[in-house]
Amino acid sequence: MSKTLPPISRRALLAAPMAGALAAPAIGQTAPIRVGVLHSLSGTMAISETALRDTALMMIEWQNARGGLLGRRLEAVVVDPASNWPLFAEKARELLAVSRVDVTFGCWTSVSRKSVLPVFEELNGLLFYPVQYEGEEESRNIFYTGAAPNQQAIPAVEYLLGPDGGEAKRIALLGTDYVYPRTTNRILRGFLNSKGITNADIMEEYTPFGHSDWQGIVARVKRFASEGKKTAIVSTINGDANVPFYRELGNQGIKAEDIPSVAFSVGEEELAGIDTRPLVGHLAAWNYFMSVQSPANTEFLTMWRNYIRNPRRVTNDPMEATLIGFKMWAQAVAAARTTNVDAVRTALYGQKVAAPSGYEVEMFRNHHLSKPVMIGEIQADGQFNIVSKTPTAIPAENWSQFIPENANRRR
Amino acid sequence: MLRVAILLAGVTLFLSPARAQDFDALLPGLAGGFAQQAETVERLGALGDPRAIPLLQALADARLLRLADGRIAPQEGATPAEGATVIRINNRVRVALRGALGRLQLVSPDPAERLRAADAILRNRSAEDIPLLEAALTRESRADIRARMELALGGARLASPDAAAKRAGIAALGASASPEARNLLLAARAANAELLPEIEAAVAAIDRRLQMRRAAETFFQGLSLGSVLLLAALGLAVTFGVMGVINMAHGEFVMIGAYVTVVVQEVCRDIPALQPYSLPLAIPAAFLVTAAIGAAMERGLIRHLYGRPLETLLLTFGVGMVLQQIVRLVFGAQNREVISPDWMMGTLILPGGIAITQNRAWIILFSIAVLLATLAAIRLTRFGLEMRAVVQNRRIAATMGIRTGRVDAMTFAFGSGIAGLAGVALSQIDNVSPNLGTGYIIDSFMVVVFGGVGSLAGTLIGAFTLGLVSKVLEPYAGVVLAKVFLLVGIMLFIQRRPKGLFALKGRAADQ
Repeated sequence: MSKTLPPISRRALLAAPMAGALAAPAIGQTAPIRVGVLHSLSGTMAISETALRDTALMMIEWQNARGGLLGRRLEAVVVDPASNWPLFAEKARELLAVSRVDVTFGCWTSVSRKSVLPVFEELNGLLFYPVQYEGEEESRNIFYTGAAPNQQAIPAVEYLLGPDGGEAKRIALLGTDYVYPRTTNRILRGFLNSKGITNADIMEEYTPFGHSDWQGIVARVKRFASEGKKTAIVSTINGDANVPFYRELGNQGIKAEDIPSVAFSVGEEELAGIDTRPLVGHLAAWNYFMSVQSPANTEFLTMWRNYIRNPRRVTNDPMEATLIGFKMWAQAVAAARTTNVDAVRTALYGQKVAAPSGYEVEMFRNHHLSKPVMIGEIQADGQFNIVSKTPTAIPAENWSQFIPENANRRR
Repeated sequence: MLRVAILLAGVTLFLSPARAQDFDALLPGLAGGFAQQAETVERLGALGDPRAIPLLQALADARLLRLADGRIAPQEGATPAEGATVIRINNRVRVALRGALGRLQLVSPDPAERLRAADAILRNRSAEDIPLLEAALTRESRADIRARMELALGGARLASPDAAAKRAGIAALGASASPEARNLLLAARAANAELLPEIEAAVAAIDRRLQMRRAAETFFQGLSLGSVLLLAALGLAVTFGVMGVINMAHGEFVMIGAYVTVVVQEVCRDIPALQPYSLPLAIPAAFLVTAAIGAAMERGLIRHLYGRPLETLLLTFGVGMVLQQIVRLVFGAQNREVISPDWMMGTLILPGGIAITQNRAWIILFSIAVLLATLAAIRLTRFGLEMRAVVQNRRIAATMGIRTGRVDAMTFAFGSGIAGLAGVALSQIDNVSPNLGTGYIIDSFMVVVFGGVGSLAGTLIGAFTLGLVSKVLEPYAGVVLAKVFLLVGIMLFIQRRPKGLFALKGRAADQ
């Protein structure tokens, strides 16, 4: 299977069934392969997850235009769990038991993944999870195509402590109140302590999902920063609460030169809804930015904009991770010659994809990818200026060494 | 240090021919690695050549180009010239740029630039800046810029080796209320053991002023949260407080008000003459739209259920879900972007250095205006009189010739319209999404019940009390726990005073 993406358009898609008929006569005659898409299309996470649904649909269209898989057409089954965590589990059960999907692409927040995990394990489903997360998990039914903490959070904080990041001596950990920010901040606290930053120089605050009144917290961070040591903000704020948060940073005049902030859940898509001029210089850490210069990324961009029919739409890291996950799954199905979950799982280990990030990423036996780490500064046009990236893709450590309970775990 | 040497050389060689060569020799460094860029920027700043200002400014704005022939020039026009690449920088270079531009801009004719320059020097201060600042101070006439320059001079003097200069610096810093000055003093403690008493006194003076300022800022944040609560609850105070209708769709009226703002802004975007007034125009539009929906709802549904609170609660809850879903179908589930006008962005610095954000300050004023307008409508108009008459005794009011059904519809429409006004204000600080209202419905009921059902004064006092208490609690308990404490507090309060802060007295209270 070729790893390059031909740019496709709707018109090309109309021609696709004919091309497919030539390449694989059986297409459309046997039952289609069903692909579940489990992303919130409403509620507080819709700002982030809607684009992932579109990416998954785009990849399905792309695969169908190439003749489907194993001579069978792919068919999407889209459900809306509405940012409601128990509903995620119900929808997952519906996908597996009623729609009988062969694979699912879905979830953004860790709380939603934790909610569907028992369902996928019980019914032996296959879930591709495309977002960076806190680690501390390894399920035989989930493949994690986002970053583990050592591929995002720790290198980002290391950058803030280094000369280019401003040599921060105090860190404010701000997050949304759920499992991902709390676990990540626990890991980061361990890491910071190991770097000689004591708990007195760490501030930690949590807010509910969709929080909008940031004035008190931002004022407190300002005060925390005015006590004489260079301070930086590490933000694990998720969803649309980021919009009022950044608006408050801008309104209170916090410039990146004074208090840089690095975000782990803010990408190009989230910035599209904000005036980014006051935010220039604030940072985000990801494994891919839309501004990456690579042939694979140019193809990705063309493909996405043709699909969504909007030349100004942006791409982001979880979209790239969805694309990687989809291609790996397609390669594994082709190699295993079946969509059977156990066979595909074995075939997935060692799959490689030339990712839009410009690196070749590989699926390891711990169900995690090797990924490059990139740090970007927000620019006035809502894009990121990449100020640091690792020379090679780094394997994931999903069990962090900075959590004491993991000391005896094999790595 | 290199920087000192270069700067001294720069000062002595002012206007000498050697300077021009230095300037040209330094330029290629601007296109080097981040570390080299930062060093070059510092040297250019030390050189004191005004030609560097446009180049450094362009570098800071990401408009400095490396041309195809290797020369470096600012970008002209909207797009970079053929074959040219934009030179990128990072935060480290940005810090250096601020210091360098500060030195160069201290003599700028633009007061805003001089102000920025003084601040920049304070942050990157060193003893070499003393002559620059002294010279600038003799020419400066504006009091606010002088104050900042004196602070910067204080910082620079503190960094000088001379004890008398240091003492003057400490005095200047101690006269301010700036946390930066405090940090400078604290950092200077170890190196200046002989000046310790002076430093301690100066720090204590700054601390006193800072404490006052913090208290004032917390008070403002409490007022701001209170004003949001007041806006959200005022409409409910009319529909629930005056009419006794438990309107669970109240939050959805707020949400619709926010969406009307979005629509008005989108209409105004195409008409340049109206663009700056889109937000003021949204105010009557939101009021009328939500009032019309409210009137339709009262006439069509609620009036059949008067005196049956449980059914009303279920009905309005259902209507709320329907409204939410309609908005979701029409506008999509994604958040809509609302543009804030320029006069609502940024921070306002009050005397004493109290910083308040503009959008919050406007919302406080707006909430007070809406409260006064509501009071006026109830107290001073014919409609208000009829409304009060119907609430006090429906049958006698009817015998006096008041059409009570019409008054009910108008009252409910009025309350819904106020909810729409709240939506206009909330669109400026919260995300405009179909779920906007659900976040405020609980808070609104909390305020109305706490303040006393049927009392506008109670709603006012209740809203600001809850706002202030939660902002005072927040630093100690965190956002999530502060809310829990608040709810527990209200539960205990309602146990002791079931009718809230301002209980209605007299006949109306017994109904």
